[in-house]
Amino acid sequence: MSGHHVSHHVAPKSLYYLIFALLMIGTAVTVIVAYFDLGAFNNVVMLTIACTKALLVVLYFMHVRWGTRLTWVVAASGFVWLLIMFGFTLSDYLTRGWVGGTLR
Amino acid sequence: MDTLNYINNGHGLASWLLTKDHKRIALLYLVSITFFFFLGGLFAFMIRLELLTPAGDVLTAENYNKMFTMHGVVMVFFFLIPSIPAVLGNFLIPIMIGAKDLAFPRLNLISWYIYVLGGIFTLVAALSGGVDTGWTFYTPYSTAAANSHVITAALGVFITGFSSILTGLNFIVTIHRMRAPGLTWFRLPLFVWAHYATSLVMILGTPVIAITVLLVAAERVLHMGIFDPALGGDPVLFQHLFWFYSHPAVYIMILPAMGVISEIVQAFARKNVFGYSFIAFSSLAIAIIGFLVWGHHIFVAGQSVYAGMLFSIISYIVAVPSAIKVFNWTATIYRGSISLDSPMLYAFGFLGLFTIGGLTGLFLAAMGLDIHMHDTYFVVAHFHYIMVGGAIMGYLGGLHYWWPKITGKLYSEPAAKLAAGLVFIGFNLTFFPQFLVGYLGMPRRYHMYPPEFQVFNVMSTLGATILSVGYLLPMFYFVHSIFRGKPSPADPWGAKGLEWEVPSPPPTENFAVTPIVTHGTHQYAPSKEVGVV
Repeated sequence: MSGHHVSHHVAPKSLYYLIFALLMIGTAVTVIVAYFDLGAFNNVVMLTIACTKALLVVLYFMHVRWGTRLTWVVAASGFVWLLIMFGFTLSDYLTRGWVGGTLR
Repeated sequence: MDTLNYINNGHGLASWLLTKDHKRIALLYLVSITFFFFLGGLFAFMIRLELLTPAGDVLTAENYNKMFTMHGVVMVFFFLIPSIPAVLGNFLIPIMIGAKDLAFPRLNLISWYIYVLGGIFTLVAALSGGVDTGWTFYTPYSTAAANSHVITAALGVFITGFSSILTGLNFIVTIHRMRAPGLTWFRLPLFVWAHYATSLVMILGTPVIAITVLLVAAERVLHMGIFDPALGGDPVLFQHLFWFYSHPAVYIMILPAMGVISEIVQAFARKNVFGYSFIAFSSLAIAIIGFLVWGHHIFVAGQSVYAGMLFSIISYIVAVPSAIKVFNWTATIYRGSISLDSPMLYAFGFLGLFTIGGLTGLFLAAMGLDIHMHDTYFVVAHFHYIMVGGAIMGYLGGLHYWWPKITGKLYSEPAAKLAAGLVFIGFNLTFFPQFLVGYLGMPRRYHMYPPEFQVFNVMSTLGATILSVGYLLPMFYFVHSIFRGKPSPADPWGAKGLEWEVPSPPPTENFAVTPIVTHGTHQYAPSKEVGVV
């Protein structure tokens, strides 16, 4: 607990350079992997790299890492809502033909 | 000599256009939103005029399509969604929680400018020939076929969305951080709870519609294959993304109206609201569950039957928190000391009309019935009962209730009662026949229809004429009250709440001294909490 000082955490510059380097490495890996056909794992690898990069940006560049618990809830709820959007949309695409008949 | 208040504190156009006072910004919204309301009403008038006769004799099919499209776009994005939050919410939330302004006053002003910019885009689209896709911008028609100003209108929707997001953000931060000492969450007025829930929907949903209409523009211009099957896209994906926002958007419209009704019902029944926490939490429940029901718009669009069942069941569930509110308001009125002033007339109107709108929604959430009723006038009637019978009734009720506070003037009560009566009669005459003609099979969005449906359409057009008189009347007595109305005391209704403890109109800083709250803000009767003290 930082007491009443909900002050802005000042991270050392070196940390930002480190995160930036990690993001650049991620981009490079994405490009390199694109030259190999990994079959079903193409999307898995690409999305894993992309999600990791997004996580770094949210945690460090957007300062959520040092945010209050309320900030964590707010940030997390955005992703939960994204999951709702993907999940319920897939509940259509992945279940076509599960139940006989058509609603047309 | 007038005392200094937010209206006479600063003169000239610049003092309004550059103001950071939430109350003045609310009035900026009031003027611009009223403009769009009557513009949308003009389009509606053209629709009703065309449908007076079975033949397509007033408008061509193309122009008729443009009329209902622009009616929908203007009313949904530029009137209904901002109406109560941007006008009444902006004005009242800081005062209701004992604050001097919203958390981000500059952001609040920018929100209004963004709204106006979005409005200008839409006006340009309308004036340069209009849009004909329907307010839903359904693909692939909107991206591949429509020969109208889709991109301009879509950009208007995209831009105004940011106004909505920023307003929601401002409200959430304000409610979290700026409550007066002692004003705990469960002492907040229910109006504030409703706006908190609304703001959540605005923030979590609006980005999706913004990106979706941007994708429509991208597909139209760059021929990226996202929604158009000819380019490898999927039109049902557009409908998923569109309704992911646009169904919750209905709750952006109705939740603030519910907040208004909670206030009015307490004030004019002179009773503490029945089941405070149930009403407060049902707002949150509606905001959350409202995000899980969008598939009921696309039962017949090719969605899987399994997903249809899922969305159908959840759509039934979302009716529960709405019903909780209706029952609790009714219980509040029960054995209350009721006075039938004009705001209460609107509240009664809301109760009946919203209930009809909600229950007919359950017809449409049933997959079997929906196959028969989809895209008929039954749907049109249903959502107008929610949006006009619910949201606009709430807006007008709130405007009448807080008008003396906003302007410091009293309006003519007999004229207001007459208007409320005309709105109620006109509304029902317009839209109830549409349930019948829709059930009989009249499809929406055509400028011609078989002659046997004419009697219903004549009733509808007659009702719309009465309704428009009911909507125009307040323009006259409200404006009249500004110049000739009697000055209003701080609390003309004998109502409770911090907003009634400050002068009418309030001073710029709202409170000379930040109030210290020791009990619920709407205490009409002693509670256990007070008894202990």
